[in-house]
This record gives sequence, structure tokens and C-alpha cells, in this order.
Amino acid sequence: MGFNLKHYLKTFSLQELMKGMSVTGKYLFDCKFTIQYPEEKTPISPRFRGHHALRRYPNGEERCIACKLCEAVCPALAITIELEERPDGTRRTTRYDIDMFKCIYCGFCEEACPVDAIVETDIFEYHFENRGENIMTKDKLLAVGDKYEEKIAKMKAADAPYR
Amino acid sequence: MVEFLNNLLSSFLPDWMALLVVIVLKIVAIVLPLILLVAYATYAERKIIGYMQVRLGPNRVGFKGLLQPFADMFKLIFKEIVIPAKSNRFLFLIAPLLAMGPAFAAWAVIPFDDGMVLANVNAGLLFLLALTSLGVYGVILAGWASNSKYAQLSALRIGAQMVSYEIAMGFALVGVLMASGSLNLGDIVMAQSGSIFSWFVWPLFGLFLVYFISGVAETNRAPFDVAEGESEIVAGFHVEYSGMAFSIFFLAEYANMWLISALTALMFLGGWLSPFQGLTFLTETPVIGLFFGNGIHWLLLKASFFMLLFFWFRATFPRYRYDQIMRLGWKVLIPVTLVWIFGEGLAVALGWQPWL
Repeated sequence: MGFNLKHYLKTFSLQELMKGMSVTGKYLFDCKFTIQYPEEKTPISPRFRGHHALRRYPNGEERCIACKLCEAVCPALAITIELEERPDGTRRTTRYDIDMFKCIYCGFCEEACPVDAIVETDIFEYHFENRGENIMTKDKLLAVGDKYEEKIAKMKAADAPYR
Repeated sequence: MVEFLNNLLSSFLPDWMALLVVIVLKIVAIVLPLILLVAYATYAERKIIGYMQVRLGPNRVGFKGLLQPFADMFKLIFKEIVIPAKSNRFLFLIAPLLAMGPAFAAWAVIPFDDGMVLANVNAGLLFLLALTSLGVYGVILAGWASNSKYAQLSALRIGAQMVSYEIAMGFALVGVLMASGSLNLGDIVMAQSGSIFSWFVWPLFGLFLVYFISGVAETNRAPFDVAEGESEIVAGFHVEYSGMAFSIFFLAEYANMWLISALTALMFLGGWLSPFQGLTFLTETPVIGLFFGNGIHWLLLKASFFMLLFFWFRATFPRYRYDQIMRLGWKVLIPVTLVWIFGEGLAVALGWQPWL
């Protein structure tokens, strides 16, 4: 070890502490990053995977053909589908449930869908107040799709070139 | 005003009772602003550390979050005080009071302005040393009475740390005592009058640094907060405390911080003395002279500066390891004070006292 004058001068002049404090002191007057959430929001990517929705064709016919690809691909087994043949000969769902507690928002259902029926929207501010509300039924999903169709279409169009 | 109150009270009360009432009123006049200062110190800390971490800090309750301390206080008042089943109930409840009592009692001898002091005792410095040492009992008892491993560990750490740094602190005060020749805090401040260059911070700069560093260690603030050490022992001695019992510890900690800040200002930076002393063109001007002249506002400003340093340290430095704390206390700070006192003693013996 031995006597090291330089080391003593360095520690007793507290210069390293001063250096550290000058850094934090500078940040005291720096621009703040905080986003005041309910009033301010960050921009959301068109690929954002939030609340689900079932879409319809422009003529009002529901897109889903009950192919069950989404049910098969779902890694969390959150989707339950039952189907029947409608009088006009088409294949449609009678039940399309997504358990929002099981869902991990991976977006596989959306990728698996051959008719772009099930999509994930950018809605992320939602909550449940009672037991059982976590099961999104076909009616609820279609209602979400109807309500936000314009926004969904725009988002999908924005992302389409990169798919 | 005190005279007037005295006369008014003694007109219908016996003398001893009038005296008692006046003293109680004086105590209230000291403690109430102190509690307010403590409350806003918590707000200032959160705000300043937030700003240093490029956040905004509390800003929802009231304008810019200014009512935050009251919101916190009401929340804590309405919380349940949980007493662990296997704790020592009496000691568990008495410990917060033992921590807070000395933190507030020490203010009795602090002079806020010339003659503005509750108890103008001659051994004020000794009284302070005694009371700041007493505060550790509350913390150790809290740690022991909680019957919790973490609290116990924290109590052990805090005990050793306080004892070690008390010595460096005491020695630093010995230097002040030698320079001023008095144990009375008012006299110590008056010994620094003249100009900014007669403050003790210049001849006793080393002791000033040692005193403030030990003060930070003594109040268990970062970077010496191993007693709290939330990453290893949760919250230390007050893990088991909730509601008001916890907030009293909180109050004691911040009151102690203010105490250390005020003491550093009194002993080394001339307390209520203005730094513009001797510059007559500033101090004798009618209106601005009030600000530039001596007064309680200078003590408040100086103490606030040291409070800022407390927060600044917390935002900057990582926590010391326990053995590093012990090394710093025993092997660095105490030798530094001893050398400084020896040099100062020589200077005093040779009659070379440029600061007088």
C-alpha cells in the first residue's frame, strides 16, 4: 500500500462527491420526462394489441366463418367457439367467447384469422366491475367492432404494408 | 410583546402561573412552525429528488402539490396502529415518543435571533450533545420491542453508527467551543460577528465538513441509511410500525435533520448573522436593510441550504456498506478532528486567533 499523497488529496478534497452532485444538480433544472397520464398520452402504434373486436363486412354481414383457427392457435386457450350452419348454407358461430383474464394479448388470433374478423384494437383503458364480465361474448365483441370500425380500419390500413 | 403578555397575565394570575403560561406559549411558538417546516421538508424532499431524477414529484394535491404533506398526514392519522402480537407493547408504544421527544426538546436552546431563545442556558452545547444522543434510545427500543429480525438488525446497526459518529461530532463541537470560548449558543454566534470572514467555517473548515457529514450519519440519512436499508432489511427499525406511530418516527427524523441544519448554521455559518455584515451601504438602507441586516431569516435560509444538501446527497450517493461507515467514522473523521483540534489548540496557546 504505502502512502499515496495523490490519493489522499483526491479523497480529502471530496472532488468525486462534488462531481456526482454536479450531475444530479444539473438534472434538477433539466426538462422533465413525466407524462401526466390522464391528461397527456403517448402516441400508440397501429400494431398495438389491446381490447378485442369482431368486425363486419361493409354490407353488415359478420366476417367470422367459425373456422376455429384462432381457437386452435390461442396459447392461453382463451377463445371458445361453437358453430352451426345457417339456413342460407353459410357457416357461422353461435358462440364466440374470449376470456379476458386468460388472454395474454399476443395477437396470434388476429394473425391466424383468414377473413380479418377478430382484431385487437388500441383500446387499453377498460375494466370489469362484476364477476363474469371478463368473458367477452360474441355480441359484446361485435358491438366493439361496430363502434370502432372506422378506427380499426384505419389502423389496419396503416399497418398493412408491413405485414 | 413578551413583557406585555407577562404584565397582562400577572394582573390576574399568580406569578408562577403567569410564567408557566408564557413559557408554554413560547414553546408552542417554536414547535408549531417547526412541525410545519418538517411537513414541508417532506414535500421539498420528494419534489427535489423527483426533479433530480427527471420526474415531476407530487403535483396533484393543491397547487403544484403544496397540500401533499397534509394529505399524507390525514392518511396516516386514519390508519390503524398495528401492534405485533409478540412485541413488548409498552416499549413498542413508548419508542416513537422517545425518538421524537429529544428531537424537539433540543430546540429549547437554539437561538433564533439575538436573545430570541427559549432557555438561554450557559451549557447549551452540552445540553444539545446530551439530547441528540438520547434520540438513539427511541430507535433502539423500537427495533427491540418490535420482536422482528429486521428491526433488531437495524437497531444494532443504528446503535453502533450513532455511537461512532457521536464522537466525531463531539470533537467537531470541541473545536467550535475552543474558537468561541463559550458553551452558550448565543455567545458562539456572537463570537462570529464582524463580517462574513469571521464565521467559524473558514478557520474550522475541516471540522465543519466533519460535523455535517456526521450529522448526516447521525440522522440516518442517505448515504448512511443502513438502518433503513430498504433493499436488505425492508425499512429497518420501523418495519412493524404503522399509522401515527410510524409518522412520529418520520417527524423525529425530519426534526433532527432541521436540528442538524440549524446547528451547522449556528456553529459555523454565524446563525442569524447576515453575510453582508459590515457592508453599511446595504445594511443601513431603509427597506432592503431589513433583509440584508441580521435576522431570523438568515438562520432559516442557511438551515434550508443544509436541508437541500441532505436531499441532494440522497439523490446522488449510493448507500455505504456497514463496514465502510465504521471505517469512515473511526479511521477518517475522528483522526481529522483530532489533528484539527491539535492545530487549533496550538494556535490558541500561541495567541494566534485571526478569527477573533
